[in-house]
Amino acid sequence: MPPILLVPIPPLQPETLATLARGIVERFQIAVLTDGSKSIDPAPAYDASRNQYDSSLLLSILLRLHSAQNGKILAVTEVDLYIPVLTFVFGEAQLDGKAAIVSVRRLDERFYGLPEKSSLLEDRLLKEAIHELGHTFGLLHCRRFECVMHASTAVEEIDLKSSSFCPECARLLDQKNRMGENG
Amino acid sequence: MASNNQHRTSLLVVDDEFVVRDSLSKWFRQDGYRVETAEDAASALRLMDKGPWDIVLLDIKMPGMGGLELQKRIKEIDPSATIIMITAFASVESAVQALKEGAFDYVTKPVDPDHLSHLVQNALRQKSLSKENIKLREQMSHLLTPDEIVGDSPEMKRVIELASSVAQTDTTVMIRGESGTGKELIARIIHANSPRKFFPIIAVNCGAVPEGLLESELFGHEKGAFTGAQYRRKGKFELADGGTIFLDEVGTISARMQVQLLRVIESKHFTRVGGSESIKSDFRVICATNRDLEQAVKEGSFREDLYYRLNVFTVSLPPLRERRSDIPALTQHFIRKYAQAMNKTVSGIDPSALDLLVRYPWPGNVRELENVIERAMVLATPPAIKPCDLPFQVVQAQPAANGDSLEAVERAHIIAILNRTNWNITRSAGILGIDRVTLYNKIAKYGLKRP
Repeated sequence: MPPILLVPIPPLQPETLATLARGIVERFQIAVLTDGSKSIDPAPAYDASRNQYDSSLLLSILLRLHSAQNGKILAVTEVDLYIPVLTFVFGEAQLDGKAAIVSVRRLDERFYGLPEKSSLLEDRLLKEAIHELGHTFGLLHCRRFECVMHASTAVEEIDLKSSSFCPECARLLDQKNRMGENG
Repeated sequence: MASNNQHRTSLLVVDDEFVVRDSLSKWFRQDGYRVETAEDAASALRLMDKGPWDIVLLDIKMPGMGGLELQKRIKEIDPSATIIMITAFASVESAVQALKEGAFDYVTKPVDPDHLSHLVQNALRQKSLSKENIKLREQMSHLLTPDEIVGDSPEMKRVIELASSVAQTDTTVMIRGESGTGKELIARIIHANSPRKFFPIIAVNCGAVPEGLLESELFGHEKGAFTGAQYRRKGKFELADGGTIFLDEVGTISARMQVQLLRVIESKHFTRVGGSESIKSDFRVICATNRDLEQAVKEGSFREDLYYRLNVFTVSLPPLRERRSDIPALTQHFIRKYAQAMNKTVSGIDPSALDLLVRYPWPGNVRELENVIERAMVLATPPAIKPCDLPFQVVQAQPAANGDSLEAVERAHIIAILNRTNWNITRSAGILGIDRVTLYNKIAKYGLKRP
């Protein structure tokens, strides 16, 4: 299984990426590459009227820049993301594809006017990162609220779920991985 | 996983903007939904063939045919389609219009993801509820109908066969049979199994309505049409719109009403008494009679043209005495019915009592049998109905005298009285006006045995 590449999109605290990398290795049992030199500039995706960044556009830039990369790519950023019909997204992924992106912006308690809680932020980021990576492995949303693949549209729902796959999703992930290896 | 083994939820996104189609379809695919997109009304209508779509998301503003017009077209193709309008802030007015025309809800771009997912879930929940409702109604109508007809005899099987084959059509049905054979029940079964079943069946007993009032009863009247007509009233033909009108005892109606009836059955148009407005009603006619209509036609008391108009498809109900093999099942059916209604634990009938029922000629047919059982259920002590619980005429009719000699008649009469009193010697002797010893002697003489 090729390693997962973590790509920072500035602004981003370097330690955020390092902590996330450890969590992902633990969950997926796949090597993770973190390469700060391969970061990308989000400016082209900026929409001034919304003061947000178009996550789909960032995904396509990411894919173009890392077309040689074999494994999954996950971009992490502090900017606020959106897709055109929605007011915001926590992240976006190509279903059964290669690339995904997550933003820490709305995972941070400070966004909601609350005091900073770095451990909570790390937890949330790990869950959302695993969730989006799960989509790239072809997993859909899960009905079980405690499963990491449960759809969350609010941070409270992210806090409710765990960072692990439920047995059914874990089985599907395993199945998809084996199919990927054989193919 | 969200994608389970059940039917996959399907979504159609119609929007002229690529980014909207693209992002919405990606977003919903992650929920496991089947998503297709269309960039304009024409391709959306083409995609209706690939439906049915559980939910259609429609952009209200599109070049060419807009969302409002498209909503109407989609509703024509699939009236059960759940439509959610997508609008920009500027077009809230047209969103309100869309809601009035039956859209489930609307969202303004950009939409809060939480709001959108709840909206879709609510729409799906409502959809599954109404689907369930339809399914339950279908099950209900199956539960209510065939169960009421009891009888396994070849005669009854033939009747049920005829009734179910004519039910699906719109043919006029004439049900013939003696009083109490269940003509109205058959009419209701035909209606309940017809495509008209979700509309009413309106029964009119033509024989029970006074001649002067029948016209107003059937066609309704306007206010002031006659003395006492203080309000406008709808007639039975108007009420039966979409459903069935059941004309019971159609053989009793007057010559004048026969003409009117013929006209309304042929044209489906009529006017209320005292009114001038022509009213159209879509009804099916089922009629019933126990008269010999052919004879009435010959005598000139029943119009021949009306006879032929009504007598398209005939279902003849056999009298109960011609299908005695159904009596045990019918008896059991009524026992169960009244045991439940009276909350009694009587659950059966003594063989001797059943024997009496099977032998009785039943001039009043099934209705009489039902009345006899109802009465017996009041008197009976659990667990079963005994001969003494049956009315006099049933018990008495049973032991037909074996010849006309005084002895034969006496023997039959003694059996009848003994059965009536459930072999209570003292009471029987009292009724017969003899003492108990004499009765014992007669029982011994005629070799009678307690059943």
